[in-house]
Amino acid sequence: MAVNEMSLKGQQSLKKPVLNMEGIGKAFSSVTVLNNVRIELYPGEVHALMGENGAGKSTFMKILAGIHTPDDNGGKIYLKGQPILWKDPTDARNKGISVIHQELNLSPNLTISENILMGSTFPRNGLGMVKWDEVHERAQEVLDSMGSNLNPRQLVSTLSVAQQQMVEIARALSFNAEVLIMDEPTASLTDKEIKKLFEIIDDLKKQGVAIVYISHRMEEIFKISNRFTVLRDGEWIASGPIEETNPDHLVKLMVGRDLKDLFNRSKAFGTKNPKEVPPVLELKNVSDNTIVKNVSLKIYPGEIVGLAGLVGAGRTELVRAIFGLSELKSGEILVDGQSVRIKSSIDAIANRIAHVPESRKEQGLFLSMSVKENIIMAELKKHAKAGIVSWKQANESANQYIEDLNIKIASPEQQVSNLSGGNQQKVVIARWLSIAPKVLLLDEPTRGVDIGAKTEIHKIVSKLADEGLAVLMISSELPEVLGVSDRILVMSEGRLTGELSKEEATQETIMRLATKGGREK
Amino acid sequence: MRGNTQTITHSQRLNIGNVLYSLWNRLGMIMILLLLCVVLSFTAPNFLDTANLLNVLKQVSIIAILAAGMTIVILTGGIDLSVGATVALSGVISVMVSSAGVNPIIAMLSGVLVGYAVGLINGFLTAKAKLPAFIVTLGSFTYVRGLAYVISGGYPIVLQNETFKFIGGGSIFGIPTPIYIMSLVYVVMFFVLKYTMFGRHIYAIGGNEEAARLTGIKVEKSLINVYSISGLLAGLGGVVLAGRLFSGQPTAGQMYELDAIAAVILGGTSLTGGKGKIIGTIIGVLIMGVISNGLTLMDVNYYWQLVVKGGVIVAAVLLDRLRGNSPA
Repeated sequence: MAVNEMSLKGQQSLKKPVLNMEGIGKAFSSVTVLNNVRIELYPGEVHALMGENGAGKSTFMKILAGIHTPDDNGGKIYLKGQPILWKDPTDARNKGISVIHQELNLSPNLTISENILMGSTFPRNGLGMVKWDEVHERAQEVLDSMGSNLNPRQLVSTLSVAQQQMVEIARALSFNAEVLIMDEPTASLTDKEIKKLFEIIDDLKKQGVAIVYISHRMEEIFKISNRFTVLRDGEWIASGPIEETNPDHLVKLMVGRDLKDLFNRSKAFGTKNPKEVPPVLELKNVSDNTIVKNVSLKIYPGEIVGLAGLVGAGRTELVRAIFGLSELKSGEILVDGQSVRIKSSIDAIANRIAHVPESRKEQGLFLSMSVKENIIMAELKKHAKAGIVSWKQANESANQYIEDLNIKIASPEQQVSNLSGGNQQKVVIARWLSIAPKVLLLDEPTRGVDIGAKTEIHKIVSKLADEGLAVLMISSELPEVLGVSDRILVMSEGRLTGELSKEEATQETIMRLATKGGREK
Repeated sequence: MRGNTQTITHSQRLNIGNVLYSLWNRLGMIMILLLLCVVLSFTAPNFLDTANLLNVLKQVSIIAILAAGMTIVILTGGIDLSVGATVALSGVISVMVSSAGVNPIIAMLSGVLVGYAVGLINGFLTAKAKLPAFIVTLGSFTYVRGLAYVISGGYPIVLQNETFKFIGGGSIFGIPTPIYIMSLVYVVMFFVLKYTMFGRHIYAIGGNEEAARLTGIKVEKSLINVYSISGLLAGLGGVVLAGRLFSGQPTAGQMYELDAIAAVILGGTSLTGGKGKIIGTIIGVLIMGVISNGLTLMDVNYYWQLVVKGGVIVAAVLLDRLRGNSPA
């Protein structure tokens, strides 16, 4: 491999890029997601595309793959020097751009052959009937070219994730892909499977395929990439040969964001020394059936604990396990020092644990119901006698929360779907306050919320903590984690990889722990 | 944080177009019903006679009772195809119990309970075993009808008891008994949906089942209750129908489930759940009843009535969709 890289480096200046994108801009309903982003891809290179969650990597790649089109005047794409614009993903694929998405897009009940050739015309006889032998032969050819020993007649549903990935790659090759985009291809692979994948990537390089490789795993990036591009907040930050950088440098490029505009929780709390009181929530060696492994933590009344990590690190899964939404495989949860069994959200609520879920619209809100009803839905019982709701009492309670949290609405009867993201989120928080929680689990509390409302939510959470609530807050935005938390826990690959005090925590220290990888431990 | 300028979004410019639009938005199907009545009052002889109007109400009463239960099922995002068959089974069993010389009140209650049992099984399979409601109730649609045939031997069973007959065929102060029963069902259902926890939970579950579960609502228990109530009301409908027909018939109630579903949808309830009102359902029922009645008065033959009725259902829902009432 080393030899290969050397030779490539020498040729780089001579080769022309197979594809380059310049000045790419994209806005969704007036929110700019990409601004003046560029990339150059050379034949036979692996190009690492790096950036934090929300840096714009996916949107950028979707433009490259023809899923999105750039804005008018939003830059140009050149294929072998010729300006080009794809009509749709099929058009892009036929011109040699293939994507392997993080979630595999295969039809499980069809054979490998059918999946590989899907989207192309199957060979048919005069009567229009498919010539299956030829279909399988063609699939076999592609598989052979990758050195795969899969049987094309096998059903995809019988394959392992890694094998399915091979099928995806084979499909891309069957369209003579010259550019192959791989989005977190190793996320669900075992070490052995990763090794195999890297061998295939090596082969593809030799065949002159340009690979865009998106991954959060530093180790992998430095193992297989030739060059890198870093995006941050939708902007191009840097590109260069991988030899000219190192993990620390890359992390710096990814996170270097300005913190001064954001809410910063005062340190009043730190002086109280909460560790003298018992933790309100404690986890002992908690594992679930998916990703969470052996997590132990303590949260004290009155503190905000930030839970940082990359997407897929297991943070949401951990919080769901605490709230009884997934089964624990092992470990113990203690509330106020008492071991509790939480098997459903109802048990969690009985233990006064509240959970503001990750996606407001899918998991939090009753969109067709009023603001008022959304707020009081968890405490209807409190306002009901023999099952009959006293609306007068309920309304008063709802109005109180609307005032306390400064929710901006025309009327409490207003349908919640018409509110802004920030106000919707406040409605969800209000609902949970109504159960008088001791522990508040927040999963990405300010996602999709504008900066003003964001600061307001931060203030609300901070005030709640000052009143004695224990808060565990997941956030993928490092400035938010840094500004709001009293203490920061970092997860990677299902494990806690570190704990940082407010003083120790910086974007760089968090990012280092988040990319550390729990696997080796 | 306080004292921010509050943006109020509900103030809209007033003009004729807006007024008409909001009227149409609020009234929707009521306007269609009124329009139908106006047209029929000109074209169908005696349509507006009190006797005829009472007759319309009496004719729709059974479907109306089923549709009330269907409304809450559909509000949760489910469906209940078994209600027509339950009408038959409930009728057959309650008449047989009555024929055995049992007190007529108890006989009638037995029919209602049979319906409740069918609903309970539906609910259990849907909520606990997580089978799709369509499949569960397609099954009961078939086996419940089968049971009605098995128990009756395939023949109608004659109802002798006068008290029992009164439930379906009698009248109080000149108004047929089924109309009272139907009204009671709708008043209770209106109250349940608007003023009870159970009612609000139905909307919450239909609107967003995941959020409802996360909020600590006992989703499974609520769903079981919803299907049980639908079954119970179908049982009640079966008893009333038996009283009106003076017999328990294993063939009774065929296609009633489809009429009930049509009425609920005409009433503006979203098939995806979470959105709809019981008042809408009674209007949907009346629209269908008025069409059948009017066409009969105009001497249109039954086959053509079916064609018109089906067309009206689709057209009405299409109109409704045009006013932006599309399912979320």
